[in-house]
Amino acid sequence: MINLYINDQKVSVEPGTTVLAAAKELNITIPTLCNHPDLCVAGNCRVCVVEQEGARTLIASCATPVTEGMKIHTNTLKVRNARKHIVELLLSEHRSDCTKCYKNQKCELQSLANEFAFGDTIFLDLVPYHNYTIDRSSPSFMKDDSKCIRCQRCVRTCTELQHISAIAVANKGLHQKISSFHDRPMSHVVCTNCGQCVNRCPTGALVEKTYIDQVWDAIYDPEKHVVVQTAPAVRVALGEDLGYDPGERVTGKMVTALRQIGFDSVLDTDFSADLTIMEEGTELLTRLKKALADGDKKIRIPMFTSCSPGWIKFIEHKYPEFLPNLSTCKSPQQMFGALAKTYFAQKKKIDPSKIVSVSVMPCTAKKYEADRPEMRSSGYKDIDFVLTTRELAVMIKQAGIDFRNLESSNYDSIMGDSTGAAVIFGATGGVMEAALRTAYEIVTGREVPFKNLNITPVRGMEGVKEATLKIEGCLPDWKFLEGAELKVAIAHGLVNANKIMRNVRKGTSPYHFVEIMACPGGCIGGGGQPIPTSMDIRKKRIEAIYSEDEHMILRKSHENPDVIAIYKEFLGKPNSHAAHELLHTHYTERESY
Amino acid sequence: MTNNKELTKVDLIFEKVEAKQVLKKAFEMTSEEIIRQVLESGLKGRGGAGFPTGLKWKYTAAEKDPEKYIVCNADEGEPGTFKDREILDRVAYKVYGGMVIAASAIGAKKGIVYLRGEYRFLLPKLLLELEQFHKMIKEIGYDFRINYCLGSGAYICGEESALFESIQGERGEPRNKPPYPTSSGVFFKPTSINNVETLVTAMMIVHHGPETYNRLGTKDSRGSKVFSVSGDTPTPGIFELELGMTVQQFVNEFGDGDTKAVQVGGASGFCVPRKKFASTIIGFEGVPTGGSMKLFNSSRSMYNVLHNYLEFFEEESCGQCTPCRVGCQQLLKGVEKVKKGEMKSTYLNELIKLADTMKIASKCGLGQSVGNAFRSIVENFREEIIY
Amino acid sequence: MYQVGNLVKELSDKHGRERASLMPILQGIVERHNYLTDEAMVEVAKELDISAAEVYGTASFYTFLDTSVRGKYVIRVCKTITCSMKGKNDILHILEDMLKIKVGETTSDRQFSLLETNCIGWCHKAPAILINEMPYTELTPEKVVEIIKDYMKK
Repeated sequence: MINLYINDQKVSVEPGTTVLAAAKELNITIPTLCNHPDLCVAGNCRVCVVEQEGARTLIASCATPVTEGMKIHTNTLKVRNARKHIVELLLSEHRSDCTKCYKNQKCELQSLANEFAFGDTIFLDLVPYHNYTIDRSSPSFMKDDSKCIRCQRCVRTCTELQHISAIAVANKGLHQKISSFHDRPMSHVVCTNCGQCVNRCPTGALVEKTYIDQVWDAIYDPEKHVVVQTAPAVRVALGEDLGYDPGERVTGKMVTALRQIGFDSVLDTDFSADLTIMEEGTELLTRLKKALADGDKKIRIPMFTSCSPGWIKFIEHKYPEFLPNLSTCKSPQQMFGALAKTYFAQKKKIDPSKIVSVSVMPCTAKKYEADRPEMRSSGYKDIDFVLTTRELAVMIKQAGIDFRNLESSNYDSIMGDSTGAAVIFGATGGVMEAALRTAYEIVTGREVPFKNLNITPVRGMEGVKEATLKIEGCLPDWKFLEGAELKVAIAHGLVNANKIMRNVRKGTSPYHFVEIMACPGGCIGGGGQPIPTSMDIRKKRIEAIYSEDEHMILRKSHENPDVIAIYKEFLGKPNSHAAHELLHTHYTERESY
Repeated sequence: MTNNKELTKVDLIFEKVEAKQVLKKAFEMTSEEIIRQVLESGLKGRGGAGFPTGLKWKYTAAEKDPEKYIVCNADEGEPGTFKDREILDRVAYKVYGGMVIAASAIGAKKGIVYLRGEYRFLLPKLLLELEQFHKMIKEIGYDFRINYCLGSGAYICGEESALFESIQGERGEPRNKPPYPTSSGVFFKPTSINNVETLVTAMMIVHHGPETYNRLGTKDSRGSKVFSVSGDTPTPGIFELELGMTVQQFVNEFGDGDTKAVQVGGASGFCVPRKKFASTIIGFEGVPTGGSMKLFNSSRSMYNVLHNYLEFFEEESCGQCTPCRVGCQQLLKGVEKVKKGEMKSTYLNELIKLADTMKIASKCGLGQSVGNAFRSIVENFREEIIY
Repeated sequence: MYQVGNLVKELSDKHGRERASLMPILQGIVERHNYLTDEAMVEVAKELDISAAEVYGTASFYTFLDTSVRGKYVIRVCKTITCSMKGKNDILHILEDMLKIKVGETTSDRQFSLLETNCIGWCHKAPAILINEMPYTELTPEKVVEIIKDYMKK
């Protein structure tokens, strides 16, 4: 252990601990900005400088490991003056239109200014010296360089968590900036729209593209029937933007709030998540049958899940030769969209041209997905507007809703029912678990051999998870699987997806079925979720997801009554012609670099 | 009265020596012996920062990793220095010689010369000389190879950790320290990085013995040093001088009779005004320098000098840390506004405070030293800045 | 037909496909091609399997790794203090007159680009310029005329 003194208090910590972390042990807060718990140390912003006795300069507490006998002072005049200067400098290069900014009151720079740099500004406004533009090209997010303070969190996120590096630090000196490849519009570079950068941007430099006004317009249009669906991960995180602690489930209140906002039908993406399991599970079993029993060499194994639009764009760019391995199933959002303007419209006797289909997603990539040209199988744009969890929170506030005191209510019927299997789609491993719960039962006629249906080997926060399920006692149709060991893998965060894909490319992957989610932790850690994010927060959201699952009466997708009904009344059976028309899609190879 | 030495010209760096003999001698010496001699000589890094060379080698030698590097910093970018180019041009074999000696001291088998892109025209010749050199040391029995890495126009790459990043194919952004290069340098391996002149000096110390070198200079600034003299002087060029003289003595030798200020140490160094010439020693006890000596006569506007330096820093800051990236822009735009009368002259006081913050809060030596020139010019020539 | 991809492959074979190979590869392209086209940077990204944005981010850090159009002869006029004191502006003006371009521009025949640069290490022989890697020092407008005329003949 290393012993040191911070503000004259003694503390003993493990070697390698930073001064910042040691201070935390003593409950001494040191302000930070470029530092982020998910990312490597940068030491760039210098907000966290502290004084070390005997040192010539101040030291960055986030980047300096403790040494024996070190004497640190976090609140001397020298430190305060430097800190104030640094925050003032950041403000001077930042376009401070705070009252109009989407990140107003959610901006980390603003909070620092509030603590250290209130009152008269010292320095010149540097923004007019630069020729800044706002990149609105992506349907998912916007990049406003005039608000960028060069903390490089976004760059580290894109590299360390996502293995994409769509953005990098470019130029030097006063021209230094965060840039895409040669300043191309974000819509024209290798970017997955995952929004993890948005989640970690401390200011308003990277924000989702909002469609709040368009949604309000639709709601106020008496001609329109506005349908809303909410993704599984939204209900376990929305509360964070409305004053709740991470991990609080607010499903019922959210449904009530959506009605109060004025949505005409409040439905659940969980319904189409269950539908996805039916389609994808059937697809998997069909592939396995063709590959293993019929010896069809054209069939590609492993099959990859296709729910995560960030992952889809990743594989389209980086591993296009494996597009045939992707399940052809649309994501639950898009299955829902296709059905809202067909099945739902018919059932409700509404002219589909009058339906405005809105989804609330933990995701920014879903905005891009909804804009894909192939997502029009209803004859209309299947999903009109995608809102993030954060945008929904804004709308709830705009509507003046006293969220905390709302009564809970249930989703509408028809495409409103869900099961626990659908809920867990929001967590890494959830799609796999849901698929196994159903597929195993189809094949063997028995429930998966796990206590309470909880397939724990596929759960948890490890970047890449592997599991093997031995299939025994098959029903007659599935005898070819008797004794087979179904090998599955799960990855979350594209850096981990890349690890799996590298092995798949090398031909050393033993898997039959692979679940991949673009975001750390799965959808609960999505780019549209409340800010901040961290491993702790993501774990709490995941606990909430599993607890939501355990509280459901139905926990297997094939038991969802709305799903049973739609096959009976409309789709026939899984992977039927009608299902293929509406619920399946194809993919596009894109440039790799 | 100052405790200074007379201005004395020395011929050590460019002195012709039989390299093979010196290196044979070094080959017979143990690592400890080489380090002891360099420590005894009192040699401090000649790039400007002035870290004791022997100590640097000692720390690197103590590292257990079998893969170590000796890196020659030939990214001479400080405005006003050109001595390393001259040294490489005239006595490259002595630079290589210094690298072999350093490599024996620290236990490295690989050497890298990082040559600034501006000096690329020298490369063909340097590589020819290197080829001969490799043959020669092989004959002696050394197991050591030198490679060249070229810069591409970035002042900051002279900062050691930025230089490593550049060798590794990255943007030349300085790293957080610790860890220091001696434990984690290029390719994150223990590395001794030394300036061109330092390496030549080390070879000459082995050649002449540490006492000869130690006898030169003062207590804090041992030995001699190559100075790059430019500006308003009738005799611009390269001069090797014993350390310890005052700025006055220097001006007496090199001035044009009308010298009003000397910028010692380049844009990141200090401006010494006429009234302080006699009381300022050039060296670690006074104003340290990597060799850049610029003379300004009374026809020059010190506002223009400062403006030129600030423009330089604004562009050459790597841009990663706030105090340096934004601070440089503020200092430049600030003095422009004061000059134009758009800001009160008292704003200079705010800017001096900012320069002080940059000195203590910046990530690397660049940002930390911008304040040197700023403060010394603004404080000594305030009127010229304002009016 | 000239293929930048071939050059990039050739350079990658020579310098390797490690991250540390990036600088010499980019320098090699600039040496042959005067600047880095988008196409060239994408080729480098492919060879080294790094993102194109990272290639651009690294290239754009270095003044001599130009990412916008440059002529066959890139003239860099030192603008740092001594050259500035010793007549850099006269040198610049004569260059602008001769080449009929401003600083930052390239002649329409893609022969010359005129740029300013920071200290190139010839303060004792100011003013100085670089034409590609070759330094020219102790310049006067007359000397510049002669030098550029020579280049125009090449």
